[in-house]
Amino acid sequence: MIKVWFNRGTPWVWLNAAAVSVCLIMVLGVLSLIVVRGVGHFWPAEVLQFSYREPGEQAKTIIGEHVDSSITPATMARSSGYKMADDEDTLVQYLIKTGNRDITGTDFRWILARNITQQQAPAELIVVERREWGNFYGKLLAVKENGSIIAEGDQAWSAAQARIEEALAIFREIAHLEKKEVGAINYSLEQLRLEQKRLQLKNRWDEEAKQRIAAEKAELEIEYKKYQTQLSELYRQIRRDSLVATTEGGKEIEIPLAKVVRVFRPNAMSLFDKVWHYGTKVIEFLTDDPREANTEGGIFPAIFGTVMMVIMMSIIVTPFGVIAAVYLREYAQQGFITRLIRIAVNNLAGVPSIVYGVFGLGFFVYILGGNIDQLFFPEAAPAPVYGTPGLLWASITLALLTLPVVIVSTEEGLARIPKSIREGSLALGATKLETLWLTVLPMASPAMMTGLILAVARAAGEVAPLMLVGVVKLAPTLPLDGNYPFLHLDRKFMHLGFHIYDVGFQSPNVEAARPLVYATSLLLVLVIVGLNLSAILIRNHLREKYRALEG
Amino acid sequence: MTAQHVRTHTIDVSSMLRDQKKTAEPNQICIKVENLNLFYAEKQALHGVSMEMAKKKVTAYIGPSGCGKSTLLRCINRMNDLVDKVTIEGKILLDDENIYDKSVNVAALRRRVGMVFQKPNPFPKSIFENVTYGLRIQGINDKRILEETVENALRGAALWDEVKDRLNDNALGLSGGQQQRLVIARAIAIEPEVLLLDEPASALDPISTLKIEELINELKEKYTIVIVTHNMQQAARVSDYTAFMYMGELIEMGTTSELFTNPQKKQTEDYITGRYG
Repeated sequence: MIKVWFNRGTPWVWLNAAAVSVCLIMVLGVLSLIVVRGVGHFWPAEVLQFSYREPGEQAKTIIGEHVDSSITPATMARSSGYKMADDEDTLVQYLIKTGNRDITGTDFRWILARNITQQQAPAELIVVERREWGNFYGKLLAVKENGSIIAEGDQAWSAAQARIEEALAIFREIAHLEKKEVGAINYSLEQLRLEQKRLQLKNRWDEEAKQRIAAEKAELEIEYKKYQTQLSELYRQIRRDSLVATTEGGKEIEIPLAKVVRVFRPNAMSLFDKVWHYGTKVIEFLTDDPREANTEGGIFPAIFGTVMMVIMMSIIVTPFGVIAAVYLREYAQQGFITRLIRIAVNNLAGVPSIVYGVFGLGFFVYILGGNIDQLFFPEAAPAPVYGTPGLLWASITLALLTLPVVIVSTEEGLARIPKSIREGSLALGATKLETLWLTVLPMASPAMMTGLILAVARAAGEVAPLMLVGVVKLAPTLPLDGNYPFLHLDRKFMHLGFHIYDVGFQSPNVEAARPLVYATSLLLVLVIVGLNLSAILIRNHLREKYRALEG
Repeated sequence: MTAQHVRTHTIDVSSMLRDQKKTAEPNQICIKVENLNLFYAEKQALHGVSMEMAKKKVTAYIGPSGCGKSTLLRCINRMNDLVDKVTIEGKILLDDENIYDKSVNVAALRRRVGMVFQKPNPFPKSIFENVTYGLRIQGINDKRILEETVENALRGAALWDEVKDRLNDNALGLSGGQQQRLVIARAIAIEPEVLLLDEPASALDPISTLKIEELINELKEKYTIVIVTHNMQQAARVSDYTAFMYMGELIEMGTTSELFTNPQKKQTEDYITGRYG
C-alpha cells in the first residue's frame, strides 16, 4: 500500500506542497503580526483604576492602560523571590501603562494580580497626550486662565475641550509661522551670508555689493521683527490657559495647554468617538512630524524621505542601467570580455549593502562631495554642503546597489525581442540607432520596468548603507520645500527603515515606542507595496501596448 | 507529386506567360549578381553565383531547404551584414552600382530595396504607425503626406478596404494574411525600386496565399520583385523568371515557362518533378 503510494510520487507532491505552505504561513504570519500590533496602537484603550494593596502596606490607587500580562509558574516565581501561598499555582502580573513620567519617572509598571482588590473603569478618567513627558492619566479638576480658575467640577471637561481647540489652533499658527515664514527668512539670511562670503572670496566685495546686501538684510530683519512680535503675541495667548488635574496618588499638577496635543476620556467614548479618535490618530501618524525622540506623533518626514529617495534612485538607476545593458547586448562584441563583465555585474548584486555604504561614504561623500564643495561652494567652508551625507549621495549609493538588477533584466528584455522585428525595421532603411530607439527599446520597456520594480523593492527596504550616506534620526527640514531651489539634494533625510531601528532600539522609552515599531513596519511594507504596485501597473500597461508577436 | 501533374499545371501557366510576353518591352537589367561567394565563418553558403534580374519582372528562387536561396536574397539588401562572422566576395550591381562598395550607405540602399519576411513582422504599433515607419525615419512628419501615403500603400497592398476604419488599432490585432499585406504596404510606402519577398506566403492559409499572389502580380507593374519560395506551383504562378539553386550554387535560370517545361539540367528536372527536395 505504502509502496504504491511512494511509487506514484505522491510524497514528492506533498513535500512540494508543504514547502509552499510553510512559505505562505511565514509571509502571512509576518504580515498579520505587524498588522495586528501596528493597527491596534491607535485605538483608545480603556483606562483602568485599580485599588492595589501590597501585603503590609497601605492601599493605593493605580490608574493606567493594561498593556500586557505574564503568567509565571509558582516554582519559578518562588525562585525569583516572590512569596507564594501553597495553594497558588501561578503568579499573574499585569503590565500597566501609568504614564505621568514627569512624576513617577517611568511610563510602565508591573503589578501583581493578587494584590488588586478592586478594578474599575470610571468615565471621568482623562488621558492627556502631551508634547513632553508622554501621556498623563488622572482626573480633571479645573481649567485655569491666567492662573485663576474659570471652570471646575462638572463644567471643567467642556471648558477644557473648548480651550484646547483654541490652543491647538494657535499652536498650528505658530508652527506655520516658525516653519514656513521664519524658516524662509532664515534661509534667505543664510543665502545672503553665503553670497557676501562668495563676493569677498572673489574680491568683488565693493561698496555697491555691501549696500545691496545690507539693504536686503535690513528688509529681512524688518520682516523677521514683524513675525517675532506676531509670534510672541501668539505665545502669550497659548500660555494663558492650563489644566489642573490629579494623579493616581492624589497629587495635583498643572498642565499648560501649550503642551497638550489632545485630551480624551476613553471610558466615556462611544464607538463612534473611538473610531473618530482612531482616524485622527492615524492621520496624525501619517502627516505629522515626530515628537519626543520619535516615540510619539507622526512619521511624515520618514515617509517623504523614503519615497523621495526611492524616486531619486529610480531616476538615476534607470537610464544608467538601460544604457549599460544596451551597450552590453547590442553593441559590444560578444566574447570573453563581455562574459566577464556580465559575471562582474551579477556579482555586484551579491556585495553586502553595508559595503556600498562604506564606498558611498568614502568615495561619493568625501571625495566627490569634498571636491564639489571646494570647487563650487568655497563660501560655505568650513561647513560642508555636498561633502556630508545627504539625499543625493544616498540615492546614488542605492542606485549603484540596484544597478545590476536593472542591467540584468533589461538585457533579458532586449534578448527577448524577436530578430524579425529588428530586421523589419532595418529593412525599411532604419539605422541601428533608429531601430533601437523606435522599436527595440519601447518593446523592451516592460523588462526595464521589471528591473526597476526589483530595484525599488530592494532600495526602499535598505537601511544599512543609508545610515552612512544620508539618513538621520531627525531631519528638521524636508528635502523638498518652498525655498529656492526647492529640491535640496544636499540635505539629510529621514527613512522609514532607519526610523524603525531608531524608535525600536535607540529610543529612551522602548516600551512605549514598541507599537510604533509595528505601525512603522506596516507602513514601510505599504509604501513598498505601493511603489511596486504603481511600477507594476505601468509595466502592465506597457506590456499591453508592446505585446510581443504571438506564435 | 508526379511529373504528370506538374506538366499539366505548368502548361497553362506558360501559355499565360506567353500572353504577357507579347506586350512586354525588351528587358532592362535591374540587378546583376557577379560571382558571389558567401561564407558563414568557415562554411561556404554561396558558390560563385552570377545572375541577372530584369526590371519590373518577378524572379523566383526555388530549391530545397538550405540551398542558399534566402541567403542570396538577403545579400541584395545587405541583410546578411547583420550576421556575425559573415564574409562576402563578389559584386551585386543595382543599376550598375556595386552595393558592396565601401561608399554605399546601407540604410539608403535598404530604402531602395525593400524586403518582406517569411513570418509577418509588424511592429507592435498602430496600423498607421507601421505604414509610416519608414517615412518617419526619413524625417517626414507632414500629416497630410503621411495620410496620403498610408492610403496609397494600403491600397497598393490590397488592404485598405479591410482596415480603413481602424488605422489606429494595434497591427497585432490583424490576421496573419492581413499582417503580411500590412508588411508589404509598409515596404512599398517608402517607394523602393526592388521588393524582396522571402517566402512571403509560407506562414499563411490558402486564401491569404492567393491574395498575396494576386498582389504580387499587381506589384510588378511598379517594382522589380525577387521572391524566394518553397512552393513550385507558386513560383510557376507568379514569376516571369525562375532560378533553381542547389547546395549554394545556381544550377539553372531561365524564363519560368522554359524552366518548368524544358529544364536543361538533370538536377532541375529531378527537383521540379518532385524526385527530391
